[in-house]
Amino acid sequence: MTDEIRSVLVLGSGPIVIGQAAEFDYAGTQACRALREEGIRTILVNSNPATIMTDEDIADAVYIEPLKPEVIRRIIQRERPDGLLPTLGGQTGLNLAVEVAELGILARYGVKLLGTQLSAIKRAEDRALFKQMLEEIGEPAVESAIVHSIEEAREFTKIVPLPLVIRPAFTLGGTGGGVATTPDELDRIVASGLNASPIHQILLERSLTGWKEIEYEVMRDSVDTCITICNMENFDPMGVHTGDSIVVAPSQTLSDYEYQMLRSSALKIIRALEIEGGCNIQYALDPDSFAYSVIEVNPRVSRSSALASKATGYPIARLAAKIAIGKTLDELRNAVTQKTTAAFEPALDYAVVKIPRWPFDKFSRADRTINTQMKATGEVMAVDRSFEGALQKAVRSLESQAKDLAWVDPKWTPQQIEGLIRRPNDQRLWAIMAALRNGISVDDIHDWSKIDEWFLEKLLGLVEMEREIAGTEGELDPELLWAAKRAAFSDRQIANLQGKTEQAVRDYRVGLGMTPVYKMVDTCAGEFEASTPYFYSTYELEDEAAPIEGERALVIGSGPIRIGQGIEFDYCSVHASRALHDAGVASIMINSNPETVSTDFDASDRLYFEPLDAESVDSVIKHERPDGEGPGPPVIVQFGGQTAINLAEPLTDRGAEILGSSQDTIDLAEDRYRFEAFLRGLGIPQPNGAAVTTLADAEAVADRIGYPVLVRPSYVLGGRAMEVVYSSEQLHRYIRNATTMTDDRPVLVDKYLLGKEVEVDAICDGTDVLIPGIMEHIERAGVHSGDSFAVYPGIRLFPAEIETIVDYTTRIALEIGALGLINIQYVIHGGRLFVLEVNPRSSRTVPFLSKVTGVPMVRLATNIMLGKTLADQGYQGGLWPRQPLVAVKAPVFSMAKLRGVEVNLGPEMKSTGEVMGIDRNFDSAFYKALIGAGLSLPPRGSILISLADEDKSESLEMISSLVRQGYKLYATEGTAAMIERAGMPVQMVTKRIGRGKPDIVDIILMGVVDGVINTPGPADKEILDGLEIRRAAVERGIPCITSIDTARAMVAAMERATEVYTVQPITEYRKTGTGY
Amino acid sequence: MPPENTVSELRFRPAWDAALALADGTIFRGRGFGAPVDADGEVVFTTSMTGYQEICTDPSFAGQIVCMTYPLIGNYGVNSADAESRRPWISGLIVRELCELPSNWRSEGTLDAYLLENQIPGIYGIDTRALTRHIRTSGDIRGVLVRNLDGISDEELIARAQNATLPGDWDVVGFVGHDALQHFGDGNGPHIVVVDCGVKLNIIQSLIDRGAVVTVVPYGTPYVDIEALNPDGIVVSPGPGDPKNLDSGLDVVRATLEADVPYFGICLGHQLLARAIGADTGKLKFGHRGGNHPVKDLRTGAVSITAQNHGFYVDGSTLPVSTDWEVAIVNLNDQSVEGLRHATLPIISVQFHPEASPGPWDSGTLFDNFLDMVRARKAA
Repeated sequence: MTDEIRSVLVLGSGPIVIGQAAEFDYAGTQACRALREEGIRTILVNSNPATIMTDEDIADAVYIEPLKPEVIRRIIQRERPDGLLPTLGGQTGLNLAVEVAELGILARYGVKLLGTQLSAIKRAEDRALFKQMLEEIGEPAVESAIVHSIEEAREFTKIVPLPLVIRPAFTLGGTGGGVATTPDELDRIVASGLNASPIHQILLERSLTGWKEIEYEVMRDSVDTCITICNMENFDPMGVHTGDSIVVAPSQTLSDYEYQMLRSSALKIIRALEIEGGCNIQYALDPDSFAYSVIEVNPRVSRSSALASKATGYPIARLAAKIAIGKTLDELRNAVTQKTTAAFEPALDYAVVKIPRWPFDKFSRADRTINTQMKATGEVMAVDRSFEGALQKAVRSLESQAKDLAWVDPKWTPQQIEGLIRRPNDQRLWAIMAALRNGISVDDIHDWSKIDEWFLEKLLGLVEMEREIAGTEGELDPELLWAAKRAAFSDRQIANLQGKTEQAVRDYRVGLGMTPVYKMVDTCAGEFEASTPYFYSTYELEDEAAPIEGERALVIGSGPIRIGQGIEFDYCSVHASRALHDAGVASIMINSNPETVSTDFDASDRLYFEPLDAESVDSVIKHERPDGEGPGPPVIVQFGGQTAINLAEPLTDRGAEILGSSQDTIDLAEDRYRFEAFLRGLGIPQPNGAAVTTLADAEAVADRIGYPVLVRPSYVLGGRAMEVVYSSEQLHRYIRNATTMTDDRPVLVDKYLLGKEVEVDAICDGTDVLIPGIMEHIERAGVHSGDSFAVYPGIRLFPAEIETIVDYTTRIALEIGALGLINIQYVIHGGRLFVLEVNPRSSRTVPFLSKVTGVPMVRLATNIMLGKTLADQGYQGGLWPRQPLVAVKAPVFSMAKLRGVEVNLGPEMKSTGEVMGIDRNFDSAFYKALIGAGLSLPPRGSILISLADEDKSESLEMISSLVRQGYKLYATEGTAAMIERAGMPVQMVTKRIGRGKPDIVDIILMGVVDGVINTPGPADKEILDGLEIRRAAVERGIPCITSIDTARAMVAAMERATEVYTVQPITEYRKTGTGY
Repeated sequence: MPPENTVSELRFRPAWDAALALADGTIFRGRGFGAPVDADGEVVFTTSMTGYQEICTDPSFAGQIVCMTYPLIGNYGVNSADAESRRPWISGLIVRELCELPSNWRSEGTLDAYLLENQIPGIYGIDTRALTRHIRTSGDIRGVLVRNLDGISDEELIARAQNATLPGDWDVVGFVGHDALQHFGDGNGPHIVVVDCGVKLNIIQSLIDRGAVVTVVPYGTPYVDIEALNPDGIVVSPGPGDPKNLDSGLDVVRATLEADVPYFGICLGHQLLARAIGADTGKLKFGHRGGNHPVKDLRTGAVSITAQNHGFYVDGSTLPVSTDWEVAIVNLNDQSVEGLRHATLPIISVQFHPEASPGPWDSGTLFDNFLDMVRARKAA
């Protein structure tokens, strides 16, 4: 046994980025709880405030600090933990642990690395060592070569021909990787891969395109007991990153021999790596022989292990944490059955399908091709007793343009459909459906895609069923309806096929007594009695989820993580669930996202893993009626982002009782006409504007209020398709591209007011309004609030402005009828406060503000919905006392993963995550936010500056600060002239790309500069030029600042705050100390 | 607390043409597949997610109507290599969904056609999880799978279920056994005689793969005849039915022990060893059937995941109180006896299936251990 471990430092995974999402909040939270159960003093560090794991009650000491070696050193020095547990913090945690260990910090303070030894991390992550290990244990690796240059890569093609896969070492989600089929592609991808790898090393390997991709989740303890939790088969064969693949669990097309062959290999590998905890192993399996190759090993808990945990009910992270401190699997219990041991392998009696959620709806210009570089921001999972059922429920969970498998792009030609099937992309599943409907054979589709015929036959079965439904006159034969519901056709889908209303189909179905039953996910296929309250719907005989008696309420989660609706809402859902439970009200959670804490089986009193569509939620509500009558449990829609809010109306129509702000309040805030009248009635100003439904109206409104104007569709999430428009031509283009503009979905045209933007979250009980804090944005209005740096408290606000904010917020919340949370965004323009937006729901700043102020916002709001007042809970109205700290929320982007996407900030949200910098003063807090977000400039080096004309005059102080700090400056023509005029040294580079060497893009790609400040002007031409500049910076992996406000604040903070910051638990910042 | 489970009888019931009736009066209705014949037997479930063909052809399932808890069965078809014996032995098969269009490079046909060809009926479309949970409560139970429902009342179905025979009621070992001696392997490796109570091919294969030469003899072969084969070691195979019906086998086991020939008992061979040394066997409420059962070797502390398929068990409390015999391996879920070992003699036995097929390969090392003992004895 090891030396006794009494305290452990757990590393979080930092901000949500593509390839590293909510699954690590789930893992870290489970781990901290598991460690504390064992009496271990648990210390947690993570820079991401929008996480459950950074709640004060999750660990004994919680640090919301940048994940950097120096910070870790200071935490270790202060806390003196016995062990460091990095395997639950994703690749970030693992890389950080390697850095900390190699700096000698662990040795110096006598801290033991838990879970996975440094040598194992290296053997799994370093391609050469990995291959060597596989050779040693006789496991097949893919033919490959480690290369460090383009020349070496070209040389390798003489031994192994193209296509080749390029995998950079030590990167998140395979950043910088890809499949090269031509010599040109090889050069390009190799260059970006070498650059993405911190050790400038890539692996080139034979492309196994067309082989099956199979994954195993394996665990091992310190006495060498090894088990597999789950295997998974990818619908998409090799060539697509597993994070971007449709995945089914367990494997469907493997015989027992193949299943056990790979399982045995997986156990051999985890033993060779001597991992103590969880591990994910990916295989390529020849569809025509027993040949296989080991593709990749993640020597840690991963996204796949979160999926496997939810798919099986086996809490991998929890067990991994216990194993890391020396517990063995056989002495641990199966938390689900409570009776059997944890040393077993889950048996499934259902199929699970995961589908990735891609951000292409927000990034219309992005390349939709998917390959070995992950692009999805999130995922959904569905469970059913058939593959078809799980697949269709997963599709319904996506909340994308395609509400179901019936969706087709009307513009698709047969050639395009074939292209979409041949080359993996986010629409491939729908393209296959379209092809099958067009009579293309399963064999042809298999030839094009290499997707296993088993899956394709299933899809063909769905197409045949569609046809049968569509071909039925009058009511469906009950047998056919039964078969359709067992395949999880939604009522809506059936209605569309039959040309009926959804309600008609529902009434007919319910009239037949055909309602879903709910079955338990119990890890053991029913063999043992289990107590997990974790259920999924299916159409079968026996129901296992008897309605909960007594007081209960349903919390609607937020579905897949996507841009604009991230982990913040899961945080809120989890807190709502807990508040209900603590108030003696059974909490029923419904959600479709396998990555999150909310879908952990102990996050609520009962979990339904279901799509968040009206039919599925309504079915659960109807099911949860002990007497089979009445409205069912009341529903909370306030915490699940726009997903849940959008369900308020259909659920109200179906007779559900909504807790908190009513559907009418929600509608009042979202309906432009009603909202205008409402604010006018209160005498509170908003920017001039109107809702329009025609181009002519839009022009008239814009002419009346004057350009620039802000245009956006009504009912948006995360500012989708929002734009600042400077001219009539731009307005024309916007309206042309706006696909839907109807009477009930108008486009809003508002005066764009440049000014300080301010955001407020408040809690209203109908009598009092508590405002925990006011946040001010660093960027002027026009940058989406989710992409802005937000500062608490509003340090540049005048007392009179604060007073007005409090007054407006209080009146709006009371008058609009808010019960619970409300979020209001303001702009201060010309000394006046204007209302930009009111959202009678939780916002993405709720976790940030809760942590900074210590006000349990979601708990207060939930209790208000249950009938309590703020006063009952010991709170009063008004602005909560200002805390003796400054906190800065910085946005984090995943642009490197998305080719072709514009980096420039605007009214449309682009960030995927956030970090918090907290300290006693603004500069230190801001500096910490920058390092946490990976946006800080290196201490010295070269900066490229290219500014819009209107920004130039406001930049001189920033530029001289850069010079004082010793940076060498490069600038484009106009900016360089301005700097020269001010008497500062600068090197001019031409903005005219391709004319004159080196041009601005060369300077960036050649690595001459270490950071870019590029603010685009309003003209289309400037935006397009800038696009190349900014993409180059992103591909090169150097910070690129596109807002002059961010740039100025950043440069100022760097000059004043470098390295002088506090590192202490979050609670200590709130204690009055030296203050600022 | 878990909610009490309710069977909500849907007002809509899908069409059926087959039924599974249980002796306790429960009837599950579904659609028939495989052979259009009726079958009776003991209704049991297995939680193996893969390996339906190996299960069908495992002689230990003879006389049983097997419910697959995994709902999608038949996905990879059937092939000639995955059969564990010369034919399928199950009485009937119960699945939630039957795959008609299998996909796998080795697939030679559908499970449906395979069962039809072998005159075995199946039923699909029923709520197999409900059935499993029912069996969990009722225990493995007499039942009847009826493909020809014409004019049969529910009462009659139940009566037929109550009259179904259990594997323990008849000479099921004799039914699955081979009459003649069979030889496998060549070379001059140790000669292992396998007593065939219902042997699986992978037991023979596992021995051959490790250099042994194998002679399979029918159950009931007198020890003198076995002795005449000059065995270096004896394996008593798994098999169906109640070990208490197999008194004649005890003589062979006892003679082997007396002759000091290395002995390896697998499943039924384990139960026969226990009986031979004076212990008792009993019947489990519902059997251990699946590929995920954890066992622990008490000497090494090693935990492994095993394939299991047994309805009877060795009662640990009846084992001889002797320093000679030790419980070597226990089940981690219910602490039952999973393996016996003699303190000094080369005798081992396990309740589970080291040959897997289907199931995890973790315990294949037991064949190595056994052959090591055999070789050591031979060298001595």
